[in-house]
Amino acid sequence: MATATAPPPAGPKVNRLGLPVLEYRGSKTTLCAGCGHNAISERIIDAMYEMGVQPERLMKLSGIGCSSKSPAYFMSRSHSFNSVHGRMPSVSTGAILGNHTMLALGVSGDGDTASIGMGQFVHLLRRNLPMIYIIEDNGVYGLTKGQFSATADIGSKLKTGVINDLPPIDTCSLAIQLGATFVGRSFSGDKKQLLAMLKAAIAHKGTVMLDVISPCVTFNDHEGSTKSYKYMQEHDEPINELGFVPSFEDIEVEYDHGTTLDVRMHDGSSLRLRKIREDYDPTDKIESVKTLMEAHEKGEVLTGVFYVNTEKPSFTDLLNLVDQPLSTLPESVIRPSKEVLDKVMASLQ
Amino acid sequence: MAIGDLALGQEQSTTALADAAKRVVNDFSIQVATVNGSGSQSANSVLLKSIFGMGVPVSGKNLFPSNIAGLPTWYTIRASKDGYVARKKYIDILIAMNPETAREDILALPSHGVAIYDESLNLKQYRDDVVCYPVPFDKITAAVCPEAKLRKLVRNMVYVGVAARLLDIDMNCVEAALKKQFAKKQKALDLNFGAVKAGADYFAEKLTKQDPFFIEHMNATSGKIVIDGNSASGLGAVFAGVTVVAWYPITPSTSVVEATIEYLRKFRVTEDGKATFAVVQAEDELAAIGMVLGAGWAGARSMTATSGPGISLMAEFSGLGYFAEIPGVIFDVQRTGPSTGMPTRTSQADLLFTAFLSHGDTKQVILLPGSVKECFEFGYAAFDLAERLQTPVFVLSDLDLGMNNWMSDPFIYPDKPLDRGKVLTAEDLTKLGGFARYKDVDGDAIGYRTLPGTDHPKAAYFTRGSGHNESAGYTEKPDEYVAVMERLARKFDTARGLVPAPILERSNSSKIGIIAYGTSHYAIAESLDDLKKAYDFDADYLRVRAYPFNDEVAEFVAAHDRIYVVEQDRDAQLASLLKLDLPADQVTKLRSILHYNGLPMDAQSVTDELVTKEGL
Repeated sequence: MATATAPPPAGPKVNRLGLPVLEYRGSKTTLCAGCGHNAISERIIDAMYEMGVQPERLMKLSGIGCSSKSPAYFMSRSHSFNSVHGRMPSVSTGAILGNHTMLALGVSGDGDTASIGMGQFVHLLRRNLPMIYIIEDNGVYGLTKGQFSATADIGSKLKTGVINDLPPIDTCSLAIQLGATFVGRSFSGDKKQLLAMLKAAIAHKGTVMLDVISPCVTFNDHEGSTKSYKYMQEHDEPINELGFVPSFEDIEVEYDHGTTLDVRMHDGSSLRLRKIREDYDPTDKIESVKTLMEAHEKGEVLTGVFYVNTEKPSFTDLLNLVDQPLSTLPESVIRPSKEVLDKVMASLQ
Repeated sequence: MAIGDLALGQEQSTTALADAAKRVVNDFSIQVATVNGSGSQSANSVLLKSIFGMGVPVSGKNLFPSNIAGLPTWYTIRASKDGYVARKKYIDILIAMNPETAREDILALPSHGVAIYDESLNLKQYRDDVVCYPVPFDKITAAVCPEAKLRKLVRNMVYVGVAARLLDIDMNCVEAALKKQFAKKQKALDLNFGAVKAGADYFAEKLTKQDPFFIEHMNATSGKIVIDGNSASGLGAVFAGVTVVAWYPITPSTSVVEATIEYLRKFRVTEDGKATFAVVQAEDELAAIGMVLGAGWAGARSMTATSGPGISLMAEFSGLGYFAEIPGVIFDVQRTGPSTGMPTRTSQADLLFTAFLSHGDTKQVILLPGSVKECFEFGYAAFDLAERLQTPVFVLSDLDLGMNNWMSDPFIYPDKPLDRGKVLTAEDLTKLGGFARYKDVDGDAIGYRTLPGTDHPKAAYFTRGSGHNESAGYTEKPDEYVAVMERLARKFDTARGLVPAPILERSNSSKIGIIAYGTSHYAIAESLDDLKKAYDFDADYLRVRAYPFNDEVAEFVAAHDRIYVVEQDRDAQLASLLKLDLPADQVTKLRSILHYNGLPMDAQSVTDELVTKEGL
């Protein structure tokens, strides 16, 4: 009987660490009202909260641009490094080597990644650096008032009427080909898909590359833009429906082996992919690239998880590092003894 | 060497001037002219170590082309009873093994010089004032090396034998050097020693000594080590406890990292086979320094090594390191510029660029090692300084120091524990209740930092290269920006007192002073000895070892009437930096002696300049 049950405990709702969602928030955003990036920040907060990530165990990294400002707007209790334009991959690589026990989340933009940052981006992918790499992709340079970026679609139109006459770089097929082990695309306006994708990303060990279409309400949300809210609502073609079951939520969910694929993540959780395209297998590298290229030919914007590989060793696995973070190894471990130096000296005499 | 001093060839060197009847002992230079990739390196090393083994101070300089195989290369060995190790301007003994340069090489010899060459070259035709020793190298080699494909290599050991007998080098010392070179490879040892003996025998049987040069036993190398500066830097980094190394190969710095990797693999792997370090060969220098700063931010001791073109690429990140106050160590082994320049030739021309590396008001801390021992010492001190000062620290050596072998006293184990700088732990934060990342709490303009992963809700801060206030918050407020910039300037003053102090190398209460850094030292020290002997000329000499300059530098300038700043670049970069630092009335005292042809500085060049400028 409702009247007989005890009232719920006072105070806000908390996650498995006992933290309210407030502890996952950041400073007030300074991005434009309605910017897709803000929605992505919200989903990051939700995913970290729901997954029970301790804020102090996360490092946030970014380059330069509107997107790269956004780490200030979520998770204030996490260390953050807003670096230089296009160089977030190298800073992340160093930070992760310095402390490979941390979860790392990088936020970049289409200019920061696909133009100035392309050199470092491809090498990060190749190394399968264990981190979540989000491209907040609006196809345009916002801070310099609306020039095309390298992910802008051919034929896309600027507010000023300028037409883009170069083809876009598809960061997803690039990521799959070069070695990332979790590759997906989502839309900042698709709360459910993006949240599931982010939660799975947290459970993955290796490079997670997520291209999130994020309309720029000021410079790229008009008629003729292919990265506008309207265009995405009309052209978004999900290839799978995502569900995610964290390892700590031992829920038995029925799934049909014919239409559902269950991917076991590194931490024991499950990414459940309900196939929309019957023939699509996200563990097949060649197939996934082919699907992306075909969709591109047809003018479709595919979303979903395109590729997952939980077998490939990450960069830190390959380096065979000690368990403890390199940053806090004591002097007794990192400075060889006097006897060692004496031996080296004797060999040089 | 031929390409540098051809025009001076007919002039007479001081040693070669000696009467042929008079013995010149342990004081001359030998130049081996060969072809890059011909395997002469082992032979040259054996010759050098044989002389070292006889207790005679010796130095070797490799003058090589930017090429894998086929171009001319020269290796100079200088024996000096007085311990001088600068490049000698004149060669006394030439071993001409490269037909392409043989003519030029012999023309560059001073009168009464000595030439050993393959008899087919008939070099006698070019000089009648040079002692000539033609040797049928191919015939001798074929006799001791039945395997044709090895002859190219073994041929080099024949000249070692000829030179050893010519100079009366103890064959036991040659054998010992060979044993060290070929360690456990008995077959190679036998073959090579056979070639050495064949060369020596040929000289003894067919040739008559007509020159004055001899090596005699001394006791000046006992307990000394021989090492190149790059290996010494790498060893320093390993004893600094470096944990993250990110690099992109570039001559002449590559061997810094190669040595570091070798030592790390030997000394820094745990019993269960795990690495206490991470090495990444980056995609370029931009990424290399980005990784260094990322790792430094995370709390690791991180380093990279590069040279001029790499330093150019590192400019943007260096400014971030300065402004966001992130530790990291950058070894710059200087080569000639501008642009690609001469990649295998030495220089000191990165100094000014590095001092202000990056846009905006940026100032960088630079250490200036002048010996292999200092490469080691600064190699580990740089990491302490970087973490203490929370800023990138550059270690500027040069190709001459980095890639050549130098004799040194053994390195001494660091006498202080690692200085990890101002880092707050979770316990500290609980006591303090929080912190402001860029607040000057202690009056030394250095704030406290926390490392990612510190288990405290107040541990995190936001690192950025954009305008920030003392709490690390974003700012565009004029007063907050100025406050940070002024504190950074004060921090640079703090650095002044922490970096290695200059060394007063010579003090004679002279009115004339000399200021220099790095490898210029060796030429200056020798030149001042020569000037004392020849002209009874004295100068005081201060060797600076870091930027920002310690207060002693200004005091030294103030105490002298004239100061000669001796350096290896065209634009008087050290003098320029000094001028920025000195009071206006002191600036006019400075004048420059510059050497920038890509060859290591030699004493004669310094002497000539001082003689002219001082009217001696």
